[in-house]
Amino acid sequence: MVLEIREQRIQTGPREPVPGTWRFKDLLDTDVLTRDDIELVMETAEAMSEVRSRPAGKIATLRGTIIATLFYEQSTRTRASFEVAGKSLGADVVNLSASGSSVEKGETLIDTVRTLEQIGASIVVMRHKSSGAPYLAARHSSASIINGGDGTHAHPTQALLDLYTMRRHLGSLEGRKVTIVGDVIHSRVARSNIYTLLASGAHVVLCGPAALLPRTLGSLVTESGSLEVTTDCDAAMKDADVVMALRIQKERQSAGLIPSFRDYIRGYQVDARRLALAKPGALLMHPGPRNEGIEVSSSVTGGGQSVIEEQVANGVAVRMALLFLTVTARPLV
Amino acid sequence: MTSTILLRGGRVIDPANGLDAMLDVRVAGGIIAEIGEGLSGENARVVDATGLLVLPGFVDLHSHLREPGFEHKGTIATETLASLRGGFTTICAMPNTEPAPDSESVVMALLDIIRRDAKCRVLPIGATTRGRAGKQIAELSELAAAGVVAFSDDGSPVVDAMLMRNALLLAGQLGLPISEHSDDPVLHGAGVMNEGRVSERLGLPGEPAAAEITAIARNIALAEATGAHLHIAHVTTARGVELVADAKTRGLRVTAEVTPSHLFLTEDAVFGPGPEPLYDTNARINPPLRTEADRLVLLRGLNDGVIDAIATDHAPHALQDKLCEFDQASPGISCAETALGTVMTLVARGELDLGKAIAALTANPASIFNIERHFPGAGSLAVGVAADITVVDPSARWTVDPGAFVSKGQNTPLGGVELTGAVRLVLLGGEIAWEVAND
Repeated sequence: MVLEIREQRIQTGPREPVPGTWRFKDLLDTDVLTRDDIELVMETAEAMSEVRSRPAGKIATLRGTIIATLFYEQSTRTRASFEVAGKSLGADVVNLSASGSSVEKGETLIDTVRTLEQIGASIVVMRHKSSGAPYLAARHSSASIINGGDGTHAHPTQALLDLYTMRRHLGSLEGRKVTIVGDVIHSRVARSNIYTLLASGAHVVLCGPAALLPRTLGSLVTESGSLEVTTDCDAAMKDADVVMALRIQKERQSAGLIPSFRDYIRGYQVDARRLALAKPGALLMHPGPRNEGIEVSSSVTGGGQSVIEEQVANGVAVRMALLFLTVTARPLV
Repeated sequence: MTSTILLRGGRVIDPANGLDAMLDVRVAGGIIAEIGEGLSGENARVVDATGLLVLPGFVDLHSHLREPGFEHKGTIATETLASLRGGFTTICAMPNTEPAPDSESVVMALLDIIRRDAKCRVLPIGATTRGRAGKQIAELSELAAAGVVAFSDDGSPVVDAMLMRNALLLAGQLGLPISEHSDDPVLHGAGVMNEGRVSERLGLPGEPAAAEITAIARNIALAEATGAHLHIAHVTTARGVELVADAKTRGLRVTAEVTPSHLFLTEDAVFGPGPEPLYDTNARINPPLRTEADRLVLLRGLNDGVIDAIATDHAPHALQDKLCEFDQASPGISCAETALGTVMTLVARGELDLGKAIAALTANPASIFNIERHFPGAGSLAVGVAADITVVDPSARWTVDPGAFVSKGQNTPLGGVELTGAVRLVLLGGEIAWEVAND
């Protein structure tokens, strides 16, 4: 028997901009965010940081709101960060993994998300190995979908916490050089960072071995920022305000995209010599999880320019902001 | 009791006989009785074909009927009706069924279902290797005797070059072509769409054009080495077209087909029309939709006669095969019912030559697979042959509604798209097999 499946589509995508208001049912990627949208996230995150610095560290703004985290891939920081963010706002947080849920019994993504919606979740934070999966979920659920990382596509909350971290140190990103080094082509973090950084007026340099670089982006200049792709690591480092190293997965070596980690380290590891090519006091970032001693040398990781741990801490405030803003954009029931 | 039908005043185009003129066509006793001016409509049902094209019934070299094995996606009854609605009167069934037609007994069982259920003429394509597994050549002479028109492992290209060479030698000995989905599986890798601008934007694994180009080059070299007839299934790359052109220049027995989908759409269809990506699983097809530059060379290939045939690669899927994550979705487009509309829209836009397009739907495919041997006159309008005729309104504008398809597969990226050109009437063996009320 052929199953009858409802082809029900929910309207997604941004609404018309109104200054000072959040206009997105879902947060799927940063590509739709304008400078004003980003500004709103940054201001709200600042307020949430203040909340976090209070002795209790919690408010009850989202009391009665149910947030579900639905992770089809493993995660430490994104999931924990969202859970703490939700609880800090007084929301109830339900955690589901693909293993141990009905996903293992073959339940489709659409059914799983609708089930969470029926249980009462108004926000579903999801991570999925398939690029684009959150778009499917968003079209078929009236719950707000927040993308916690989809395949090799996007990781918008990471990009926004990265931007928040950069702005705390540098103020405006206007004219700043941000160098992203490593496995760019497979990086959802890099993709989402490109949009927020370009919208913020930064000059973005993507650097890595040829097999790990996008081939079609080339040199791109947008209204506000510009983008450059290069295999020359030293040139990429020179005078950078921010150096962001990306995670490189072990599979890249077995797939033959790089000869070896040894070879990668030689060409692209951010070590003391390379970091010295950047501006004095340039920020060193990494979205985690790191491969110790591969993407970044151990001495530099623990050095004074590293804001890697601060990224994680800021992640909670930025995710509190995004949860809060998403609730404000939802229709009142 | 057979019908007598007069198609009056249409533009009759029959590339097989070099005919393109305003004429009447009289059908009686199942055959084309007369073609001429001012024919009598006495005792006949008269169809006013003014402003319409009167064409040979179309021949499709590449269709997936799903039966046996995948009846939830389509059956011989439903998919042959869809083909008929699309103007096709003879179709060749690809062997990616379960079981695959790799022996006489499976072909015989398939022919039994065809005799019982088919709404148009169907000729099976036999598997090149046992179970389409690429390990051992199927008993091709037995399959030829059972009535297959060509061999193919369909979406599972023959990886082993020596095995492909030997299969070409055997097929050549039998006088039948091998229709090869030319694709290097290693280069293809985990790719789910064309490698390029859109795949990088969407973070989807890409399959490079080189996967098709290298495989076409290899297969042409093997065709040259064996003298056998190689048919390139659904060419999609600019360089692939150039390789076919070169092979033809050197006099090799190489033919090629292109799908309406690759002529009409590009990789952008995966992204969709909006500002936010759609990840449209209905635009997932194998080989994938390519770039605009490729599409233009495919059109030029048809206009120049390098590409012989337009074949649908009709691939119906059930809703659940497409209503899922992009990389989990089954590749394929339900194309039978939109093929003519997309082709005529390209003609209307001036991108495609009408005569070349009609030849690529009729005389050329009939000749490539030697359909004549099974159905004399297929793809032509000669007097005395079976009256398989498709009447087309070249200026009818309509909007694609997948919900109205007769195919079980509603999987098309063209839903809501307006096309110019529609099938009005289809005669099969002199009888009206499909008719659209003219309102």
